[in-house]
Amino acid sequence: MRQFSYLRPTGISDAVAALAAEPTAQLLAGGTNLVDLMKYDVAQPSAVIDINGLPLKEIETLEDGAYRIGALTTNSQVAYDAGIARDVPLLSSAILAGASPQLRNAATSGGNLSQRTRCYYFYDPSTPCNKREPGSGCSAIGGVNRIHAILGASDACIATHPSDMCVALAALNATVEVTGPTGARTIPFLDFHRLPGDHPERDNTLQTGEIVTGIRVEGGRFAAHHSYLKLRDRLSYAFALVSVAAALDLDGDTILDARVALGGVAHKPWRDPLAEAELSGQPATRDTFEAFASRLLSGAKGQGHNDFKIPMAKKAIVRALMQAASGRPQVQSEKRVREGESL
Amino acid sequence: MDLGPARAPSPTIPVTLTVNGRRQQLELAPFVTLLDLLRGDLALTGTKKGCDHGQCGACTVLVNGVRINSCLKFAVSLDGAEITTIEGLGTPDNLHPLQKAFVEHDAYQCGYCTPGQICSAAGLLSEGHAHSREEIRELMSGNLCRCGAYTNIADAIEEVMAADSETTVREAAE
Amino acid sequence: MTRQTRTGPLETADRVIGFPLSRIEGPLKVTGTAPYAAEHQSADMLHGFVALATIASGRIARIDTADAAAFPGVVKIYTHDNRPRTAWWDSAWKDEVALPGHPFRPLENDRVLFDGQPVAFVVANTFEAARDAAALIRITYEADQPKTSIEVESEKSYVPKEKRSGIAPPPSPRGNADEAFAAAPFKLSSNYTLEGEHHNPMELFATTVLYEGEGRLTIHDKTQGSQNSQGYVCGIFELKPENVRVFNTYVGGAFGSGLRPKHQLFLATMAALDLKQSVQLELSRREMFYLTWRPATVQTVKMAADDNGKLTAILHHAVQATSLYEDYQEVVVNWSGLLYRCDNVKLTYELAEMTVSTPGDMRAPGAATGVFALESAIDELSYQVGLDPLDMRVRNFVHVDQNQDLQLTSKALHACYRQGAERFGWEKRLHAPRSMHDGPDLVGWGMATGVWEAQLTEATARARLSADGSVTVSAAASDIGTGTMTILAQIGAEAFGVDAEHVTVRIGDSQLPKTSVEGGSWTAASTGSAVAAAATAVRQTLLDAAKDMDASPFGKDVTVEQTAIRDGRLVLEINDQVGVALTDILASKNLTFIEEEAKVAPDAQQAKKFVSYTHAAHFVEVMIDEELGVIRVTRVVTAVAAGRILNPKTARSQILGGVVMGIGMALHEEGMIDHRTGRIMNHNLAEYHVPAHADIHDIEVIFVEEHDDKASPIGVKGLGEIGIVGIAAAVANAIYHATGTRVRHLPITIDKVFYAKEAAE
Repeated sequence: MRQFSYLRPTGISDAVAALAAEPTAQLLAGGTNLVDLMKYDVAQPSAVIDINGLPLKEIETLEDGAYRIGALTTNSQVAYDAGIARDVPLLSSAILAGASPQLRNAATSGGNLSQRTRCYYFYDPSTPCNKREPGSGCSAIGGVNRIHAILGASDACIATHPSDMCVALAALNATVEVTGPTGARTIPFLDFHRLPGDHPERDNTLQTGEIVTGIRVEGGRFAAHHSYLKLRDRLSYAFALVSVAAALDLDGDTILDARVALGGVAHKPWRDPLAEAELSGQPATRDTFEAFASRLLSGAKGQGHNDFKIPMAKKAIVRALMQAASGRPQVQSEKRVREGESL
Repeated sequence: MDLGPARAPSPTIPVTLTVNGRRQQLELAPFVTLLDLLRGDLALTGTKKGCDHGQCGACTVLVNGVRINSCLKFAVSLDGAEITTIEGLGTPDNLHPLQKAFVEHDAYQCGYCTPGQICSAAGLLSEGHAHSREEIRELMSGNLCRCGAYTNIADAIEEVMAADSETTVREAAE
Repeated sequence: MTRQTRTGPLETADRVIGFPLSRIEGPLKVTGTAPYAAEHQSADMLHGFVALATIASGRIARIDTADAAAFPGVVKIYTHDNRPRTAWWDSAWKDEVALPGHPFRPLENDRVLFDGQPVAFVVANTFEAARDAAALIRITYEADQPKTSIEVESEKSYVPKEKRSGIAPPPSPRGNADEAFAAAPFKLSSNYTLEGEHHNPMELFATTVLYEGEGRLTIHDKTQGSQNSQGYVCGIFELKPENVRVFNTYVGGAFGSGLRPKHQLFLATMAALDLKQSVQLELSRREMFYLTWRPATVQTVKMAADDNGKLTAILHHAVQATSLYEDYQEVVVNWSGLLYRCDNVKLTYELAEMTVSTPGDMRAPGAATGVFALESAIDELSYQVGLDPLDMRVRNFVHVDQNQDLQLTSKALHACYRQGAERFGWEKRLHAPRSMHDGPDLVGWGMATGVWEAQLTEATARARLSADGSVTVSAAASDIGTGTMTILAQIGAEAFGVDAEHVTVRIGDSQLPKTSVEGGSWTAASTGSAVAAAATAVRQTLLDAAKDMDASPFGKDVTVEQTAIRDGRLVLEINDQVGVALTDILASKNLTFIEEEAKVAPDAQQAKKFVSYTHAAHFVEVMIDEELGVIRVTRVVTAVAAGRILNPKTARSQILGGVVMGIGMALHEEGMIDHRTGRIMNHNLAEYHVPAHADIHDIEVIFVEEHDDKASPIGVKGLGEIGIVGIAAAVANAIYHATGTRVRHLPITIDKVFYAKEAAE
C-alpha cells in the first residue's frame, strides 16, 4: 500500500472540491473494494477522501412511487428496506445474490457502482493490464480467462463488471445522480458504465471531480414479474459466471414490456433494448424467450476458457424469464434453481 | 504501474473507538486497518487474519452491532464507533450462548475461523433474516471454514436461534 | 467443558474413552484466547514481509531496494546479495520428512525456480511498514520458458531415481494384466486428470521468533511438528538444540502443508539472529499458494471384468508433477492393487518435472488422487457389466493385501457398505443414468470406497500422577484441529480413573518427549499409545511402591492390569475395598508425584505378516438442474471402519472435514496456471474456491464396529485422511448417475457437465 493523505469532508461540496483538486485521490465509502485494491497495490491513491460523513444515507420514497437511494446507503440497508423489497424486489434479490452479509453491511450503493473488475491480471500488478496500466497490454487474452467477457469486449480488454446490484439497476433503467464541480446532473444507468474500447482504464462516464450522490429507481412496475438468477462456481460468496436480471410487465400472458440485463459477461451490465422492444406484444412463452436469448447472444465471442458462458447465458436468460413470467422469482437462499412454469 | 518512490508518511489522526465497552482515544496512521489495530496495538488477537482481503470472514467483528470484515476498514474511518470482538462476547469462564453451543456441537476444529464464525453468527441473529437452516447456510457463507465444520456450525446456530425464539415467545406471553 | 452426569465411580474408567467429550481447549478457541503462531508479542518486535518472484523460471538480473530501504520504519532488507551465511551442505537443510533432492533455500542465489518464490525479505518496525516498503522493491528478471502444464510435461515423465522414505513404490506386476485385459468381455481405458490443489488452512503461515539473548530463541511456528522445526533451524543456523525451543501449541489447520518447515520459519529466524531482536513474520494469503500443493496428476486406468463382474485386470498408470529441485512422491496407484480382488495387476507411477514449488502431502496424499481414478473406473465398468455399483464392489471384496501378500489386521468394510447403504436408502436407487428426478433437478446417487493405511510411528510420551490425584500427560505431538489434546486427556483419564478435566495435557513444545510430525492419521494411534504406555508405567511404579509398604494389601503376584485407581486409591480391579490411598503410597516413598516415560514403535515382527488399513464407504446424492447444470451435493452418508473410536464427537468432525474437502476437490478446487508465464493466477480465496456454508448440506457419519488388536496398542487406526478418500469419485459417480455424463477431470465445475460439448459445437 502506498502512503496517502486522509481527508474527511463533511459536506458534498467540500468532497467535490477535494476530489477536483486532486485527481489522483479516491473516495472511500464502505472500503470493501478500495482497501482491498490498495492492499494489492493496484489502487495507489495519493489521497483518500473519506465521504462517510456525507448526508447520503437515506432511502426516500418519491411522489411518483420511485425511490431515491442515497449513495452511502449500505447494500444490506437497501436489500432489506421494506419498501424496496416490496416495490423493487429485483434490486433486493440481486443485492442478496452478491458478496457476503459482512461485505453487504459495509459496501455502499455508490461504491457498488464504482467497483472494479475481478480480472486476475488486473489484480496482479506484476502483469500487463490495460485497465490498470494503459498501453501495457491485456494478459487475459490468451491467458486464464474463464471469468471473462463474451460480449462487448475489445482487443484492449476482456474484463467484466463484477456487480450483481448493477445488473438489476441496469434492467430497471435506474438513473444515477452525481454532483461535480459544475453542479449536479443525472446519468441514465445504461450510460453510466462503459465498454472498454481503447480506454479500458475508464470504467464509467463520471467526469473529474464528480461524486455519485444517489440512485433513482422506479418502483412497483416489475414487482410481480421479475427474477435475478446467478450462476457461479460455488453456491454462495462467488462472483457471477453469468447472471440475469429479468423483469416483465405482462397483460395476461402477453408481454407489454421486457427488460433483461446480463452480469458476468461484459465490461458493463449488458442490455439490448432493441431486442427487448421486439418482445412487446409477444406471448410470454419458452419459444419467445429462447428466440430472444439467441438474439441477445448473437454477437457473443468466447475467449477459450469462457466459451461455455455463451450456451450458459442463453439458458439462464430463458430460465430467468420463465421464472419472471410465472411469478416465481429465484430466492437467493434457495440453491435449487426454481422452475418457471410455462404459461 | 508505479507512481514513484515512497511518499511522505501520513500524519496520524485522532480517533475515538469504544472496543468491547472500553473507550479508547487513539492516534492512528490512516492506513491502519481495524484488523491490524485490534491484533497489534490493542492485543485483541481473537480477531483473526485469514486473507486480509474480505474473502474468508475470519476477521469478522461487530461495528455498532453490525457484522463486517475488519480487514477492509481503515480504523480512522470508524471514529466514534462501538466495536465488539470475540473477546467482548464472552470469556472462557462466562461463555456467550453461541460460544457454548460451538463447544457443545464441536463447531470448529483448528479454531482459527471460529471467532469470525461466532461474531458473524451473533450478527446473523440480531439481523433476524435467517429463519431456516437453508437461510442460516446462505447468510453464514461469508465465513469459510477449511476444517469443514459447517454442519456443526449450523447446528450450533440453529440451537441458539431456537432458544432465542423460545425466550421471545415466553417474554411475549408474560 | 461439559460432562454428562455419571452414575458412579465404577463407570468412569469404562466411559472416558469412547465418550463424546467436548474439546478440552474449546473454551479458549471460542473466546479467541487460544494464541496461534502470530499472536505472541514482545515489546520490541520487528515485523517482516516477503517480496515474491513474479516469474516462474529464470534469474534475477537486478534488485533495487533503495526506495524500500528508505521507507520509514524499515530496519533491513535481505536479498540473495546480503543474506547471512548459513550451513552449506544439503544435509543441514533436510528436515525430518525431506524429499529426495535439494531442499529449497530461500534467498540462496539469483535463480528463480517457481512462481511466488521469496526473493526479498523486508524487516521493519511495523507490519504495515514492511508490507508497504516491499511494494517499492524493483526487480528485473531474465525469464526462461516455464514448464507448468502436466499434460505437456507428462510426455517426459520418469521413474524417480531415489525413493521417498516411507512411500512404497508400486508393487511388481502380478499375473498378466495386458493379456487378461485384451481377453476380457467388459473393459475400459479412461484418463483422469486432477488440477493442482492448495491446502489453504485458514491460519496464515506465521512464525514469531522471540530473541532471548545470546543466540537463544523461543519460536512459535505454524507447523505440524515443533521438533521438526527445531531441528531444521538448529541445522541451518548451527544452533544448539538446548538454546532453541519451538512451540506450536495451537495450529490453525494445516492438512499436510505444515509437515515441512516453510520459508517464514527460516526468514524470521535468520533476521532475529542477525538483528538480535524478536521478529514476527505472517505470510500473505497469496503466498500460501506457493508453499506447497497437491500435485497436478494425469492417470490412466484400464480395467476389465468377466461376465459376473469379477475383475480380471487392472492397469493403473499415474504421472504427477514435481519441482525442479526435489522428487516429491506419494502413493497414488498402489490402492488399485489392494482394494479389490484381482489377479492381473500392473501399476506404474512416474514424475514430471515442472517449474513449480515442490508439491507436498495434502489430506490423504496419493490416495485422494489415485482412488478417485480407481473408484471412477470401477463405477464405469459396473454400468458396462450391468451391475449395481455397490454390488460390483462387493463381488470383488478381498480379505488380504495382494500387493504385499499380507494379512489385514481388520477390514470391516462389508459393514460400512451395509450400514451406509441402509442409512442412505441405496436399495431405492434406479440403476439407469438420468432415471431419477426431483422437480427441475436430475438426481444422482453415487458411491465409492475409501482406503488409507493405518500407521503407527515411533512416539514417546510422559505421564505424571500427583498425590492429589491430578494427572499430566505430555508429548511433543501437535493438535492441528484433530482433537489430539482431547483424546490424550481421555487416555490419561481412563488410565488413572479420573475425570478428563483432572488431566493436564502438554503438547506442541519441542522440549517434550519425542514424537514424529503430526500427519498421515498416525498421531492418535502413536502418541495415544505412548501416553497409555507411560500411564501403565506410572501405575506399575505405583503398585511396586504400594507393595513395599508395611501391611500392603497387594500380594506380590498382583499385576498392574489387576489394579485400578478409583477415588484417589489404588485398588484391586475386582474388589475396590482392597486398596491404599495414593497419598499414602507416595508418602511412603517421600514422593509428591510419580512420572514415567514410555515409547512405542512399529512391531517389526507383526509387519512381516500383517498390514493395517482404514476403510470407508461413501454414499452421495447430487441434484443437478437439468437445464442449467447447477450441481448441489444434497446428502452424504459416510460409513467408516477405523478401529476403536476414542471420542465419537471429535472423530465425527475429522470425517466431516475430510468429506467437505473432498467435495471441494470434486467440484471447486483448482490452481489456475497461465502456462505462458507459469504463474498461478487465482492466488486468493475469492477465486480459488473452497466450499462455503451454502455448499454443504447434511453429512451423516457412521462408525462401524471394528475390533483391531494389532493396528496399534490402543486399537486405534486414525481418522484424519479416510474421510476424503473416495469422496471425489462418489460425487463424480453421482453426477454420472444423474446426467449420463462422465467427467474425468477434476474439479467438476459447472461448465464441464453440460456446456463443454455445447461450447465446442
